Order: sequence, then C-alpha cells, then structure tokens
Amino acid sequence: MERIQVMVCAGTGCTIGNSGELIELFKEEIRSIGLQNEVSVLKTGCLGLCGFGPNICIYPDNIIYKSVKPEDVKEIVMEHFYKGRPVTRLMLNESDEVSKEILDINHTKFYEKQKRIALHNCGVIDPENIEEYIGKDGYAALGKALTEMSPQEVVDEIKASGLRGRGGGGFPTGVKWQAALNQPGDEKYVICNADEGDPGAFMDRSILEGNPHSILEAMAIAGYAIGAHHGYIYIRAEYPIAVERLETAISQAKELGLLGDNIFGTGFDFDLEIRLGAGAFVCGEETALIQSIQGERGMPIPKPPFPAERGVWGKPTIINNVETYANLTQIILNGADWFKSIGTETSPGTKVFALGGKITNTGLVEVPMGTTLREIIYEIGGGCPNRKEFKAVQTGGPSGGCLTEEQLDTPIGFDELIKLGSMMGSGGMIVLDEDNCMVDVARFYMDFIVDESCGKCTPCRVGTKRLLEILEKICNGEGTLDLLDELETLSHTIKDTALCGLGQSAPNPVLSTLEHFKDEYIAHVVDKKCPAGICKALLEYKVNAEKCRKCGLCARQCPVSAISGAVGKETYHIDMEKCIKCGNCIKACHFEAIERK
Amino acid sequence: MKSLKDLEKMREQAKKKMAMRSDDENQYRVVVGMATCGIAAGARPVLNKLVEEVAQHHLPVTVTQTGCIGMCTLEPIVEVFDKEGNKTTYVLMDAEKAAEVVTRHLIEGQVVTEYTVGKYKQ
Repeated sequence: MERIQVMVCAGTGCTIGNSGELIELFKEEIRSIGLQNEVSVLKTGCLGLCGFGPNICIYPDNIIYKSVKPEDVKEIVMEHFYKGRPVTRLMLNESDEVSKEILDINHTKFYEKQKRIALHNCGVIDPENIEEYIGKDGYAALGKALTEMSPQEVVDEIKASGLRGRGGGGFPTGVKWQAALNQPGDEKYVICNADEGDPGAFMDRSILEGNPHSILEAMAIAGYAIGAHHGYIYIRAEYPIAVERLETAISQAKELGLLGDNIFGTGFDFDLEIRLGAGAFVCGEETALIQSIQGERGMPIPKPPFPAERGVWGKPTIINNVETYANLTQIILNGADWFKSIGTETSPGTKVFALGGKITNTGLVEVPMGTTLREIIYEIGGGCPNRKEFKAVQTGGPSGGCLTEEQLDTPIGFDELIKLGSMMGSGGMIVLDEDNCMVDVARFYMDFIVDESCGKCTPCRVGTKRLLEILEKICNGEGTLDLLDELETLSHTIKDTALCGLGQSAPNPVLSTLEHFKDEYIAHVVDKKCPAGICKALLEYKVNAEKCRKCGLCARQCPVSAISGAVGKETYHIDMEKCIKCGNCIKACHFEAIERK
Repeated sequence: MKSLKDLEKMREQAKKKMAMRSDDENQYRVVVGMATCGIAAGARPVLNKLVEEVAQHHLPVTVTQTGCIGMCTLEPIVEVFDKEGNKTTYVLMDAEKAAEVVTRHLIEGQVVTEYTVGKYKQ
C-alpha cells in the first residue's frame, strides 16, 4: 500500500540540475530496501524555488528538500522513508533553526503569502500523465462549458471575472472574446502566445512544463466561446521540455477524445497544433506572431484591424497569453465571483512573477494582485543576498521600468505599475542591488532591443540604435549633460512614433532610470565616475600606500605588467595607462590595499 | 471518452491514487514512531495497516511517520492529532489495535482509551 509519494521537479531549472538522475536513484534506492510498494517516485512541474534546484516535494508530509544531490538520496530514503525522520539539513531554512512547524512548506515565508491559481497543479501532478490532471478536476471546466453554458454565457463569465491579459498589456480578456464572438463566419482561430521573450522571465515556460493540459483545456473552452474549431500554440523552439510536454499532452487528449471531433458527444470539434518560433522577441507581439504562423517574416502590422476582426489567415482570431489561459479553467469551475474575491478591484486574481537578479530566493512566485513589491521582495524573496543594499527592481522586462525603494509599498496591479512609469509586463522581476550601475542596466536593455528590433519602422530601427550609442558613450566616460537631454528627447520621439508595442515601450528602461537615478547619470557625465563600480572605462585602480605591505603579490598577478614597485622596499604603484582593469590585483591583495573607484 | 460520465469515472479513480496530495483540510494526522526502537517493536505492520485502512475507507486523514518519540519501551507508538492540535498517544500497538483505532477514533471520533498512554501508566 502506497504511503509516500515523492515528486521530483522536472522543470527546466531542476532538469539542468540533473533531477532526471535523481528519479532513477530514488527508485533504485527504494527498491533496494524493499519499499517499492510503499513509496512511489513521480516527476512534476515547478515548485518555485528554482534557485535552489533540484527540488523535491514529499507527500503527505508536504516537505520540500532543496538542492538535492545524488549522494543525499540514500540518506533521504533511509532516514525519512524508512525511519520517519525528515532530513532537516535539506529543508528550506529561513532562520537558523528549523522548527517543527516549518516542516510543512505551507508554513514557510516563501509559500505563506502565495496563492497558486495559474500554477495550481505545478509541483502537485505529473504533467505527462493526463489521468493525474483529470484527478485534479481536469477537463471538468470544458465539460461544464460545453454542456451547461452557451458560448455567450462563457464570454459573460469571463467578462464578469474581470480577467485581464497576463502577457503584459492587461487588456480585458472577455472584451477580446466578445469581439471575436460577434464576428460572423465559422472559420475562426484561437492562439496561445507562448513566445515568452523578456530576459529573465520564465512563468509561461513553467506553466507549460508543469500543467500543459490546463492550456489545452482553456483553449478548447475559448474555441467553444468564440466559435473556433482550430487552435495554434505558438511557442519558441528554445523551450524543448515545454514543447515535448505539450506534444505529449495533445496526443493524450486526442486519444481520450478530449480534443478532436464531437467532444463529450456535444458535437463540438476542436483541434490544436503547435507552431515553433525561432525565438524572436518581436514575435510575442500579436500581429507579428500571426505573420510568423502564416509563414511570413515576423513583423508587426498596424492595428486596426485587430486580430479579433482579421487575424490569422484573415479570419477572426483571439490571442491570449499562457498565464491568461491558465486562469481560465479555474474561473469556469469556481465562478467569476470567486475570482473577483481575489486581488484588487481593477486587477482581480493573481500574478505569477519570475524573481531574479540579486535576490535570495530566485524562482517563481504567484501572489494575489494588491500584494506589495516589498512583500514579494523581502518576505517571499528573502531580500538581497550578502547583506547588500537594495537599489531598484526592474519589472516588465525591456518594455518596463525600474522602481525604487520608496515605491516598494505600492500594491501590485496593472494600472498601479503604469502610474509609476513601469508596467506589469509578463511578470519578470529583476532585483538590483548597490553593485548594479543603472546606466549599465539601461544599456543592457537597449542592447537587447537593438538586437531584437525587426527593422520595419524607422523610429525603432534607427532610434534605438542611437539611444544605445549615447548610452555607450556615457558608460565610456564620453558623456556630456547635453547628451542626457538628447537621450530624453529621443526616447519620447520613439515612444510617440514607433509602429508596435515593442518599439513604443523600448525607451522605458532609459526613461525610468533617468527619472529615478539621474544622479548616477550625472556622476557618469560630470564627475566621470561610476558609483557602482561597473563601467570599466570610468574606474581607477589605486594602491593605498598606508595599507600596502610591499609584498608584490599584485604585481605578479597583473597580466599586463602595469604594477611596479620593489618587494619589501617600495610601495607598489599602478600605471593607469597600461591597466586593463581586470581586477586581478584586488583579488590577489591580502590587505585590501587596492582601491577601485 | 464519450461523455462527462466517463470523465467522472476516470476522475474518481485518479483521485484515489492522488489522495495524499489533496489540499483539503484533513481531519486527523496520524504519526507512527519509526525509529529503530519502533521498527524493532513492530511499527512497520502497524503503519501499513493504518495506511491501508485509511485508504480503504477514504478517510480525510494523513498518515506519516516520525523518529523516536521517547518512550522506547512502549513502542510501537501511534499519535493522533486532531485539527485543533489535540494529541492522543496510543502505545504498545499492533496491526489489530491499529485497525480498531481507525474504526473507533478516526471514523467514529471516540478515543480508544484502553490503548492510550494514560491508561498504561495507571
């Protein structure tokens, strides 16, 4: 009789950490002491603590072990599964001692404030087994929609729920659907936008990896609601695990008749196919995505007409993001009122964020809207590691902006973040600390945009390139105050004139850093200093004569012989003409005698 | 799959397999001492019996194990925690007694006083 189930995370992060090998080792170890009928080992989706992977979750105890290595397997099996003593050293410890209550993950700070709706089956079910999904009320929402609701009722329910697009824009999903439903004709399409492109964002990937059936089910519901019988999932080829799980899910659903002709005997037909993208950022923009599905070059086209009127193959089409779909089945099952009871009035529900950068708990979190940034960063995320000081948080990826310490108490919502000059975006949240140079951050995002601009419109193609050149000048110490003004003017021009959302939002990282961190820009152009010590051209290395013990270690480590002096006799000196600012001397010095400013 | 009924049937079957992963509030948490002393005294059949009975009756109960509870001479020990955190400790258990605890305590809600540690100490 089974008494323990071991769920091993098989998301991308943990797979890289070799969780596949762990599954085999666990099975072997369990068999070797004859517990194979009592303990089963399954793979599952993301548990959220990606920075600590590979992670495993043990049921029914509800314990998570993090950073599990192959050599830990034997101990876990013997101690926990055989003798019943949880291995405390592998548990999530947020304080110095692991108290009894913390054994259950729901009592940890990381999970306590989270509410998992979009991620509801991630870490709980085996994503490659349709039976497990069905066991968690899977396909019940589709059944309910097909047998108890008319298409208009489905659309009304989504409208009433106030669900807004989770891909970034926050457009009301129900309104989009209504527009498509109102279109005449019986050839319509449903698209799932899984072209997650923001650097550092991996919410959609994790949902697809951990709960792929929820997307298929939601797309079928969307198809029923607007009168479409065909769907496309547009996903980047760089997500191989997600693609594989989707393929498995689609073939399992077809086999059981949950996709295909005459679903549940209601006469409704719905079929799905996967379209792989080559990973261009602009293909996340809906009109460019449609072009790409049609086999054209992925470039945006002006709106209107909106896809709901003329989309893929010129037919009415709705495009929703993965996370939007992931909420849908829950809304149909639990009702619009339930959904509205979570989150804020203008932004109901939850949002998944990919926490990254200088944060202790790197990973995936889902919180009700209205949670403050401070709660996410400090309570759930555990703050900046190594006692560094928090400087800013970047939300919304290359289209978003930076928020500062003073803005951390803002409750999260679509409109609230736009008011602050950033945006929700798809949910990337990158934390920056005192060691990050804000000019360099702006340069990084601009570099990304220049790479990813499709080149169709001049403001984006040429304008962003010019922005990048100005930022590079500033980082290289060639900036002037006039250039800062030019940076701002050009940013506004691009915002006003670019064709698509990508171009219109491209200057946001520049504008928001200029607004909140003007002093850093000024330090770069007036004092020719980089306060965070990142911009190499502005750094100076100097030996502090008082601290120097004349040992000569630094000179020996210098690859360009820029350091001169004499062992035991003469204080060492760095020749800045020769110095390449590699930092080797700082690492070599035992007495912290070399200063970088 | 032809109808919603088929789906329901499949769901019920899958639910049974996944019961220990359900997020419903459980009525009781049953903990079996499984340190060396417990295992030596026969805690294993007790644990297995408990898991079996709970699964058979679809009870809202979690069965887990723990290490040494401290009274090694009284092993196998089974502790039952209710939702309020009240604890009942059963000592010197065997499979038969375990089945009785399931029926009388976990199903009917009556503490089986004759097996409790309090009774033993008297």
